[in-house]
Amino acid sequence: MKKTKPQELSEEVRKEINKWVAKFPEGKQRSAIIGSLHALQKANNGSLTTELMDTLADYLCLPKMYIYEMATFYSMFQTKAVGKNEISICTNISCMLSGSDKIVQHIENRLNIKLGESTKDGKFFLKKEEECLAACTGAPMMMVNHQYIENLTIEKVDEIIDQLERN
Amino acid sequence: MIEKNAVCFSIIDQPESWKIQTYMSSGGYLTWKKILQGQPGNETRKEIIETIKKSGLRGRGGAGFPTGLKWSFMPEGDEQKYIVCNSDESEPGTCHDREILKLNPHALVEGMAIAGFAMNATMGYNYVRGEFIKECFPRIEAAITEAYAHGILGENILDSGVNFDLYNFLGAGAYICGEETGLLESLEGKQGKPRFKPPFPANYGLYGQPTTVNNTQTLASIPKIIEKGPEWYTSMGSEKSPGTIIFSVSGHVNKPGNFELPLAIPFDVLLDKAGGVIDGKKLKAVIPGGSSTKILKADVISKCTMDYESLQDAGSALGTGAVVVIAEGTCMVNLLKRISQFYYSESCGQCSPCREGTGWMYKILERITQGQGTQNDLSLLLDVAGKIEGTTICAFGDASAWPVQSFLENFYEEFEYMVKNDGKSLAA
Repeated sequence: MKKTKPQELSEEVRKEINKWVAKFPEGKQRSAIIGSLHALQKANNGSLTTELMDTLADYLCLPKMYIYEMATFYSMFQTKAVGKNEISICTNISCMLSGSDKIVQHIENRLNIKLGESTKDGKFFLKKEEECLAACTGAPMMMVNHQYIENLTIEKVDEIIDQLERN
Repeated sequence: MIEKNAVCFSIIDQPESWKIQTYMSSGGYLTWKKILQGQPGNETRKEIIETIKKSGLRGRGGAGFPTGLKWSFMPEGDEQKYIVCNSDESEPGTCHDREILKLNPHALVEGMAIAGFAMNATMGYNYVRGEFIKECFPRIEAAITEAYAHGILGENILDSGVNFDLYNFLGAGAYICGEETGLLESLEGKQGKPRFKPPFPANYGLYGQPTTVNNTQTLASIPKIIEKGPEWYTSMGSEKSPGTIIFSVSGHVNKPGNFELPLAIPFDVLLDKAGGVIDGKKLKAVIPGGSSTKILKADVISKCTMDYESLQDAGSALGTGAVVVIAEGTCMVNLLKRISQFYYSESCGQCSPCREGTGWMYKILERITQGQGTQNDLSLLLDVAGKIEGTTICAFGDASAWPVQSFLENFYEEFEYMVKNDGKSLAA
């Protein structure tokens, strides 16, 4: 692995990390890793870098491996750069029975990318969602930048993407 | 008349039901305050645990273990103990804890405080699934902040000498963290790989200290049960499955929704509440308790009542109360492939039978749907499922095997047809 230089953490990110550390007994700052990674990823356009993870390890006084193993285990963390707007379409059983395959196909065609990819202009990241997103009674549904959008139709999906494209 | 919204959903129709004022104006926190004002000690603790035992409340996270009994496993003594809430809702088909977190978060806060006191646990953590970061998490965070501001949580609460601190935790996307020891690992800042048991969490839990993990709905039911008494609770439901449960009814129904109803209502009544099968179609099958429970054919589920015993007798389980309705015309091979893909992707990977077996099952199903399956693949599927079942550290392995076994048992002809007809579906 390339030798990297720790980056400075912004005041805002540090505040968020400290908030997580304060929730746990002294010496248990390892519990704050997930919360800290959420904060770091949000401040870094939706993904993590080795430099950022190393900085967090130093800040929490933990081995780097503790951070890497978390970032690669949990599906909400991205270790490669992704598009700005994250779209996760639920395709688990209830959504599948309610036509999520068509939603996936439509979005793939419209953005000209496959699940797991980002658009070339960096505007969209189409996350490959394996889990059920727990909104089964509003199927089919998707998350756009973690907002739940339920009872999807092709028209509704187009409206949302139109809006995101304008921003 | 069937009573609805009696427990966790009692205030959800009120405007801003998530605010502390709304909760308190409906009698919220009176139970907790009454406990605190009655010179609370070890006798009070025993009484609360007895009340929960008498109510017959069973864990709503899927396993259905008696809650009062689980609480009684916690050791006496002064060491640091923890109460942990499992709000990592992610069993496919299940979406009612999300409603509690969003619409009645104070019932959970009060339930955790009471549970914490009953087990002499002075600290609590509520593990919320990561995907709820924008929707539920701010609500339950605000609820805890409000409770502190009202002096209902913290040190020496209302001068009672009782301490209880409560914090929310946020996950980051891993189904396995819904398994209680995987959840504890995750809470400790590690990969969510379930622990070998024994020791159980009551002896060796969070940071190695005595811990009880209960589900969101279970804990949110506590204040009402104590307020109205165990007799009131057991007056609903059946003798062995007393009380209420929230059914998440989804799939091929006209009006999908979360319905808080007494246990043991007939399946047909529940289906009716959800508006019946879509487009006037015939019912084909039902997954009665989340994707990990065995699928039941229409004629079997139609004779069932929705409780632990009836569904177990029918060869399945109540699980999380996530009822996925499947209409005539659905290809069961494709549906099973999606379920198997889920377990393959979510296996934590520490036990070989599960790590390898879930991949095998998914890949076999994929080649069958692509028209490259053979008759031998059907017995191979059952063989692999049988080698996962019962051979792993946690119940995830079983949960990945049961759908394969039950789909093949009930719809063998669809799998056989597809294998013999180059991937063509019998149902479509």
